[in-house]
Amino acid sequence: MDAQQELSGWRKWMESIGDYVLFFSRFFRNIFAGGFEWSEFVRQCYEIGYRSMMLVGITSFIMGMVLILQLRPSLISLGAESMLPKTLSVALVREIGPVITAIICAGKIASSIGAELGSMKVTEQIDAMEVSGANPVQYLVVTRILATSFMIPLLAIIGDAIGLLGGFLALNLTDSISFSLYFNKCIASLDFTDLLPAVVKTVLFGFAVGFVGCYKGYHSNKGTESVGIAANSAVVTASLWIFIIDAIAVQITSLLFYK
Amino acid sequence: MKGPDEHIEPKQEAPETKPEVVIHAKSIKKSFGKKQVLKNISFDLKRGENIVVLGKSGQGKSVTIQCVVGMLQPDAGTLEVFGEDVTAMSDDDLKQLRMKIGFLFQGGALYDSMTVRENLEFPLTRVLKLKDKKEIDKKVEGVLDAVGLLDAIDKMPSYLSGGMRKRVGLARTLIVNPEIMLYDEPTTGLDPITSREISELINRLQRKYEISSIIITHDMECARITADRILVMDEGGYIAEGSYKELEKSDNEMVRSFFNQPS
Repeated sequence: MDAQQELSGWRKWMESIGDYVLFFSRFFRNIFAGGFEWSEFVRQCYEIGYRSMMLVGITSFIMGMVLILQLRPSLISLGAESMLPKTLSVALVREIGPVITAIICAGKIASSIGAELGSMKVTEQIDAMEVSGANPVQYLVVTRILATSFMIPLLAIIGDAIGLLGGFLALNLTDSISFSLYFNKCIASLDFTDLLPAVVKTVLFGFAVGFVGCYKGYHSNKGTESVGIAANSAVVTASLWIFIIDAIAVQITSLLFYK
Repeated sequence: MKGPDEHIEPKQEAPETKPEVVIHAKSIKKSFGKKQVLKNISFDLKRGENIVVLGKSGQGKSVTIQCVVGMLQPDAGTLEVFGEDVTAMSDDDLKQLRMKIGFLFQGGALYDSMTVRENLEFPLTRVLKLKDKKEIDKKVEGVLDAVGLLDAIDKMPSYLSGGMRKRVGLARTLIVNPEIMLYDEPTTGLDPITSREISELINRLQRKYEISSIIITHDMECARITADRILVMDEGGYIAEGSYKELEKSDNEMVRSFFNQPS
């Protein structure tokens, strides 16, 4: 009986991988199928980008402040207090900014996409689109995944800038440094190998957030309980994917740029 | 529209015309896991005809019409719509076929994030690919007028009652001029007056647009008003077939139990 249960667990797992692959191929085919839904894409960019900006901004600002306050004693003890702007900017741009932004978006956006599509599934709205001859994947899925892939990198860049501003204010609580000197130090410490991998990484994070949200919503079962499950599962799975992508991206970046 | 106290006569039999079969189903079988939902379903739907499928919940009534529109694939049997085998159709052919079939879902299935107008514009711009704003407006207003809801054109679905949602859902399917309508419990959850109005509307629209329909229901008043022919379903198969008047006199206990419901 145990062996049978284990076999059925494996089978379910393999089936879900198959479903992910099929869903990806449907998404990919529909990007180039013609009749791209520009107005829905712009609406999603607004919903995903503009409506998340405040949350990302506040979180990044606090992260910048906290990092400076945490790093300062250690760097002072090493006699490297002047390295604070550089350390903060590298940490924020390479790692903390993209990951924090993506995790916030997983919580806010993946869950909202999962719940929205899940509820559309439960109330037969997706079926209604399908049987009318319209293409729900093109209208609902392609637009949302492309919008998250496009907007989350932008949010991360804005979040980085706001985080640096938070760091500047935290630094000025104890020390005195001019705005131009602080930002010159921050920007001078960054180069192409810091910026490009971070942007590429956030595009992948955005894709994961949109893809997982759409997949979970689109494949939710009937019943109102399924909507909650879809939203919850979207957040958990998207967050997990963000860390997996991050771990792989860091390895690739290290191999390519920091030998 | 008739008032609640007026008696609505059962549907008169259609005049003899050339009966073109638009849906031909033969020996359809469908299982979900170990449960066989459709055991041996055969029927023909003729052009301009209204078939009502009666049956208890969970007997596979909705599964039948989901197979017709290609949402589900039968495990065995022949299912032809306009002479084409639905089970062997490519995605593109299925899409073309679906443009000729309207499907009214139980709850109306209106798109929550869109106004009534946008709901109706959706199939026009996405399915028929219309671009002319004037033509789109004319069609939207025309079909909303036909279901008596022109006033609700700019409302969100959340502000509509159950009956209004079904009417808008009906308008959204009719706007692409389907040749076949599939109604999945069109009167469920509605009060008797609104149910009767929806049933009358189905008849009126059938006459106006010359549509063939399959109506899944367990509302006997709806069956009485709309049916040319009734199929009674039990345990995955049809156990009786005939007009409302014929089945009213049936000896079959299950059939009688439908007709002897307290009103």
